[in-house]
Amino acid sequence: MNKVPRRARKEKLEIAIVGLSHQTAPLEIRERLAFPPFILDRALQDINLLPDVRENLIISTCNRVEVIFASARPADAIEQVKEFLIRFHHLSRETLEKYFYIYSQQEAVSHLFRVTSSLDSMVVGEPQILGQVKEGYRAALHNRCCGLVLNRFSHKAFSVAKRVRTETTLGNLAVSISSVAVELAKKIFGELKGKSALLLGAGDMAELAAAYFIRQGVKELIVANRTYERGKELAAKFEGVAVEFNHFPHYLNEVDIVLSSTGSMEFIIKKERMLKVIKARKNRPIFLIDIAVPRDIDPMVNEVANVYLYDIDDLASVADGNLEERQHQAQRAEEIVAEETARFSAWLKSLEVTPTVVSLIHKLRAIRDAELSRSISKFRGTPPEDRKTLERLARRLVNKILHEPITRLKQNAGDPDALAMVEATRKLFGLDED
Amino acid sequence: MNLVLFKAVLGIYIAGMLGNLTYLVSPREYLARTSLYIMVVGFALHLAWLVTRTYEAGHVPVTNLHESLSFFALAVIAVYLILAKKFGVKALGAFISPVAVIFMLLAASRPGEVGTLPPILHSTWLVFHPVFSFFGNALFALAFGAGAMYLIQEKEVKSKKLGGIFRRLPSLEVLDKMNFYCLIFGFPLLTLGLISGSIWAQAAWKVSPYSSLEPKLLWAAVTWLIYASLFSGRLIAGWRGKKAAVFALVGFGAVMLGYLVVSLYLSSQHSFIK
Repeated sequence: MNKVPRRARKEKLEIAIVGLSHQTAPLEIRERLAFPPFILDRALQDINLLPDVRENLIISTCNRVEVIFASARPADAIEQVKEFLIRFHHLSRETLEKYFYIYSQQEAVSHLFRVTSSLDSMVVGEPQILGQVKEGYRAALHNRCCGLVLNRFSHKAFSVAKRVRTETTLGNLAVSISSVAVELAKKIFGELKGKSALLLGAGDMAELAAAYFIRQGVKELIVANRTYERGKELAAKFEGVAVEFNHFPHYLNEVDIVLSSTGSMEFIIKKERMLKVIKARKNRPIFLIDIAVPRDIDPMVNEVANVYLYDIDDLASVADGNLEERQHQAQRAEEIVAEETARFSAWLKSLEVTPTVVSLIHKLRAIRDAELSRSISKFRGTPPEDRKTLERLARRLVNKILHEPITRLKQNAGDPDALAMVEATRKLFGLDED
Repeated sequence: MNLVLFKAVLGIYIAGMLGNLTYLVSPREYLARTSLYIMVVGFALHLAWLVTRTYEAGHVPVTNLHESLSFFALAVIAVYLILAKKFGVKALGAFISPVAVIFMLLAASRPGEVGTLPPILHSTWLVFHPVFSFFGNALFALAFGAGAMYLIQEKEVKSKKLGGIFRRLPSLEVLDKMNFYCLIFGFPLLTLGLISGSIWAQAAWKVSPYSSLEPKLLWAAVTWLIYASLFSGRLIAGWRGKKAAVFALVGFGAVMLGYLVVSLYLSSQHSFIK
């Protein structure tokens, strides 16, 4: 952890993110690039050994993989992390360039805040993501990969998420989406007791919705996930069965409810298929719920008789009929993120040595000048030489006091310890209180 | 006495209908329950009307339009009460009570004296034929109500704009089941009604009723074909949902056309004794 950068000392730490999500990469890629728990520790440690990475943390869910790191030389560090990912996952460079996004500085800060606040989720406001980020942070802590910057960053991200949850109504949406889906299912099937459901993709929102349906008496749960193991895990949770993903069309003929959340880049269920399915079902109604972004099911499917398709936007608009209000809430959440991003970036910037030194000097000089002018007004009759002496004394005193801290700060610039020292200095002298 | 009963029944049905329609606008539990009780009271009085009328006439009161419309309303309400109990669909009243009220109003507009029956038609078939036919058609009236509710509910779900009516109407599954139930009992009754009618006519006039092309009989055949295709479509081809609902609407439209228009405006042997 106490690495001294090889090259010229640079005092400033920046945050950068190399990642992909359901918005940029198809499911197959996301699943291939995920870091399951058993390799997460090794990846964290390997990344931390990269020459220009100082701290790092990995978020890996079925919808996103993000490597978040702090570096004094972010451009180099980004390259190193990319190379690491290529090596670690046996990727081609093209694949990586095609699907990964890169954020640095403020953009990176605001990105993680948005992710943690569930503004970047498939289902905006779904509650699981916060827990997943916390898990990633815990793993990074455990592997001693988090220092001052990422510690503060993570905690800030958690508090931003909390603010968004308490100050907007976005959090209610995910829960109400599930209950709307259940209400709709009941209006289609009467009661749900004994009905069966097929989960396509074992996403988080799918899990949440599945839990709702199970509670309503849905008896049989079939999970078809591209990664069979993960599907099996989820199926076990609900005493369901996992099947090979490629076999899912067969089950369309049988189940009553389909919950799709693969976020595949192409439609996995189209109208032609559904026409055949509904024929094979002898017109038995089927309720398709597409919670994926991008969509899994062609919207045209809704035109097929006895097929009822709702995507996440449909459910959301039913759950919270007032679209304007929802947009307003989303806007409010973005404002919170922007506000906190600015605040955090200011803090990050304050960790740089030079501005800290400058403001320390300003602060002490201001004190000196204020005290001098007060004292001098009391010594109105004294000769000018005496007053000069007094001023000299004050100046020397301040310079002497400043000398040691400034030297130490400058000496350590670039060390991990320096950040702590800078932060301590700012706190001790109240440099951020204006 | 009989006419007083008839008017009381009409008044009560109107009250029940208003209660049911109010429930559809503002869904309060007590509205649905009270309206149902009102309909039960109306039905009891209607039965009393049937008994007194039969006693007065000496035969089942279906021999003029006033009587037969009232009898049809009675059959519709009877089936409605059974289905309301069986399926527990509260909104059903709002769709069915207007049908009964319209029949009662039409009946009220016709002369109410007791019809006399040519002796040639006196037979036990006079009980079977109308009872089968009217209850069969009453079931189709309910299938019509269920079909209309199905189409509204289906449209709500498909269009994804879930208004207040969405919450008041039952599930598509229940509506489809109700439609099926009405058909399963209604179609055999209709068929029995046709058969018993033919036998009766043959016995009375000594010729096959189909030897002369009677508009009413032709129309009955058309109606029968519509329900026969729905019946077999449901049982064999797995029709259900929207298709079955539309058929139930079309079928009942045909029934009404045959019943009112053909009976009223086209002359035939089957016309009611004026």
